[in-house]
Amino acid sequence: MKFAHLIWGNLTRRKLRTSLTLLSIVVAFVLFGLLCAVRQALEGGVKMAGVDRLIVRHRVSLIQLLPESYKARIERIPGIELAMHQTWFGGVYQDPKNFFPQAPVVPEEFLTMKPELVLSAEHRQAWLTTRTGAIVGRSTADRFNWKIGDKVPIQSPLWGRRTWDFDLVGIYDGREAGTDTRGMFFRYDYFDESRQEGQGKGLIGWYTIRVKDPARAAEIARRVDEEFENSAAETKTEPEGAFVQGFARQIGNIGFIVGGILVAVFFTLLLVTGSTMAQAVRERLGELGVLKAIGFTNGQVLTLVLAESCLLAVLGGGLGLSIACLVTSRGDPTGGLLPLFYLRNQDLALGGSLSLALGLLTGIFPAWQAMRLRVAEALRRL
Amino acid sequence: MNANGKKADPTALVRVEGVEKVFHRGSEDIHVLSRLDLTVATGEFVALMGPSGSGKSTLLNLIGGLDRPTTGSVSIGDDRIDALSDRQLAVWRARHVGFVFQLYNLLPVLTAERNVELPLLLTHLTKAERRRHVETALAMVGLTHRAKHYPRTLSGGEQQRVGIARGIVTDPTLLLCDEPTGDLDRKSGDEILNLLQALNREQGKTIIMVTHDPHASARASRTVHLYKGQLASEPTP
Repeated sequence: MKFAHLIWGNLTRRKLRTSLTLLSIVVAFVLFGLLCAVRQALEGGVKMAGVDRLIVRHRVSLIQLLPESYKARIERIPGIELAMHQTWFGGVYQDPKNFFPQAPVVPEEFLTMKPELVLSAEHRQAWLTTRTGAIVGRSTADRFNWKIGDKVPIQSPLWGRRTWDFDLVGIYDGREAGTDTRGMFFRYDYFDESRQEGQGKGLIGWYTIRVKDPARAAEIARRVDEEFENSAAETKTEPEGAFVQGFARQIGNIGFIVGGILVAVFFTLLLVTGSTMAQAVRERLGELGVLKAIGFTNGQVLTLVLAESCLLAVLGGGLGLSIACLVTSRGDPTGGLLPLFYLRNQDLALGGSLSLALGLLTGIFPAWQAMRLRVAEALRRL
Repeated sequence: MNANGKKADPTALVRVEGVEKVFHRGSEDIHVLSRLDLTVATGEFVALMGPSGSGKSTLLNLIGGLDRPTTGSVSIGDDRIDALSDRQLAVWRARHVGFVFQLYNLLPVLTAERNVELPLLLTHLTKAERRRHVETALAMVGLTHRAKHYPRTLSGGEQQRVGIARGIVTDPTLLLCDEPTGDLDRKSGDEILNLLQALNREQGKTIIMVTHDPHASARASRTVHLYKGQLASEPTP
């Protein structure tokens, strides 16, 4: 600590240059924070997925439907505790940009299968007794300012190109932070009866099954697929996490895209900050020679330069991450498309480590140069 | 007996014996010092004079442990400093040598008192003890009232006095001055020389000063002339 004023003094020697370098680090870490939040929003569902849940879908693709009659056959397979089905509804509210997920489900099965969704007993009862009833997650209810009792018209281009009217009877919350509360769920009986002939009556999108022993999930998935082998609608069974990931990957490999952008940003930052530090040290080789002349050891000079670069990087990284925290704390900026948009503590810790690594990497070469400096030679430069 | 077979002076603080210094520039060897012997007794104020390129600053660097001789030995007190490692030399410099440079070489980002404090950062003194030492050193050079000032706001003479305060703040065995008045006007130069003389006479500091200026060397108790890397004369003190 007794060298703090020396490190700070050197850092603030060229205020404009230091400020610009600091700004570039801040911007990079704001970007880092926001990209991590976007990745979390797109891939977070994978981590929230139940480890004991499997998804059974058509082997060809998700848009191919499966017979509703498969449910009884699935439930007969040993090791399966519960099965339910959902179907992609693909509707919009008033305007195509007001998209959010909806699915018809069997309420009792759905609520048993999804303990992470919290619905009051009163809302649950209302849903069970209202044929046109629908429940919606808190984020979507807030997004459209919906209240219990509202009539909600949803247009679906997939199911007859018409408007479906639902009675909003319940609003659910997530049991933990990060639970997806965008979805709207309504009764399958209402959906199936309202479908026209030729719109897949008796067919559903996919099954969710819960296994008794997660350790046997792979074996059970194989048994399910064997059950429907050589049928008209063969299945593909996979863990819920993999299924959600497949959904997210429809817009590309998020991790790869985010990683690619961050590598490019940090590589540029490495060059910018490295060049600043190298120039800063080159300018004061004489002064470093003076420090050595009065007794600073090579190691102490190396530490001083490294401390300076680390301070700059950690300061910039800290500021950038703080701004990113502030922005993400305001929640989903898209009004519902990214409900899990937040900066995780792990990403904050990774950002902190990255800023320190940036400081070490950008400081090590000038620090090494300063350490190797011969005193007599350095004093001649003054 | 020293390297030249002469009897070593037991009162000498500085003993330079048979020193050669050769610099290499490409394939060319430049002999800056040749078979040089010099002794400086404790409490002496020695002026090193000679034309440019005669090896004065190189000799001062060798005595201050900033460089090593190609051959020969340099001993300060009981320490044979040419045999020390880089780290040992740095520690030795911090304990035993104060430097005063022609261009003051103050760190522009630190105030006068912070510049003076620099060598004390390498000691185990507490903050309060460091402050006391800095105040004493600044008082000795008459700059207590300028303690909070940055070098750019000080005159050349004042900067050099801060440089001297930095050189003496650890109470070193030896004060080495490389043309301390070379960048000053006559009046400021005289003030610096008065100060060095006082440090020598009143504090008993051993001082070796490189200078081109006969007026400055006249303040020393002994003047040593260098010519082409060899002593032109070394009168007995």
